[in-house]
Amino acid sequence: MNIPYTVEERPDTGLANGKLGIWLFLASEVMLFGALFSTYIILRTGAVEWPHGELNVWLGAANTVILISSSVTMVLAWASLKMNDWGKHRLYLIATWVLAGIFLVNKYFEYADHLGKGEGPWHSTFLAIYFTLTGLHGLHILGGMVVMGYFIGPGSKMWKTNPEQFTNRIEYTGLYWHFVDLVWIFLFPVLYLL
Amino acid sequence: MHSDPAAVRKTVRGYVMVGAALLVFTAITVAANQLHFALPIAVAIALIIAATKGSMVAAVFMHLSHEKRWIYGALLLTVVFFLVLLSIPMFTTMDNIGTPIHATAPAEHPGH
Repeated sequence: MNIPYTVEERPDTGLANGKLGIWLFLASEVMLFGALFSTYIILRTGAVEWPHGELNVWLGAANTVILISSSVTMVLAWASLKMNDWGKHRLYLIATWVLAGIFLVNKYFEYADHLGKGEGPWHSTFLAIYFTLTGLHGLHILGGMVVMGYFIGPGSKMWKTNPEQFTNRIEYTGLYWHFVDLVWIFLFPVLYLL
Repeated sequence: MHSDPAAVRKTVRGYVMVGAALLVFTAITVAANQLHFALPIAVAIALIIAATKGSMVAAVFMHLSHEKRWIYGALLLTVVFFLVLLSIPMFTTMDNIGTPIHATAPAEHPGH
């Protein structure tokens, strides 16, 4: 049985079902992170004092550069498929996956440094919200890596059988990935700089 | 969003340029932080730059600058609920439950 509207657009919405689906999922993600940002505001405005300089700004900035670069490679991976260039698509998708991995390695060193000094989430309100926000964001990075890993590996076979549907899948993966980048664009100044 | 390969080819340069602009904005954010502005100014600078960067990612990389009505509709609803969510801290600070209605008693008049 074929699932309808995976490639062609529905006449009523003008969209393939997957496209509307991923946007509704991202809307729910906005609410999830929104709730945590709201929590941050409550905790910060209610705190007598708020620590500054507890996090390594340069490591945070490096991770921002890494995620922005991965967003560029991700959109180029999709554009390469649109231009029928499979080789470049592979190159850009693998580059995105590697950049995501480097982001997580950086995060590991950051976490290890804090935990090594006994500065876990239990240590202060700031570190509690820091670990919650960055931990949830890190899980999203990991989730994106799993999906990209699938499309680099076994999922890539679809390019031969149904290239249009495969291109759409990469587009939806990209939308998710850009959202993860967008969340970090706000997390970086809020946690590291302010 | 573009479906024609020739149109996509034209946008590739744009993607790279936007990526470069995002990196420049990141550098500006970090540089502004080194100047140690007063907190309200630092918050304003950081959030304005972050909002600009976020808009660029959404508009260009996520193709929101030319999407279909259904997606704009879903996102409009999301923005409304997101604003309600962010205003919850304000409701919390305005919350009077558990505190006396007249926190300060009116001054007693002599002779009463």
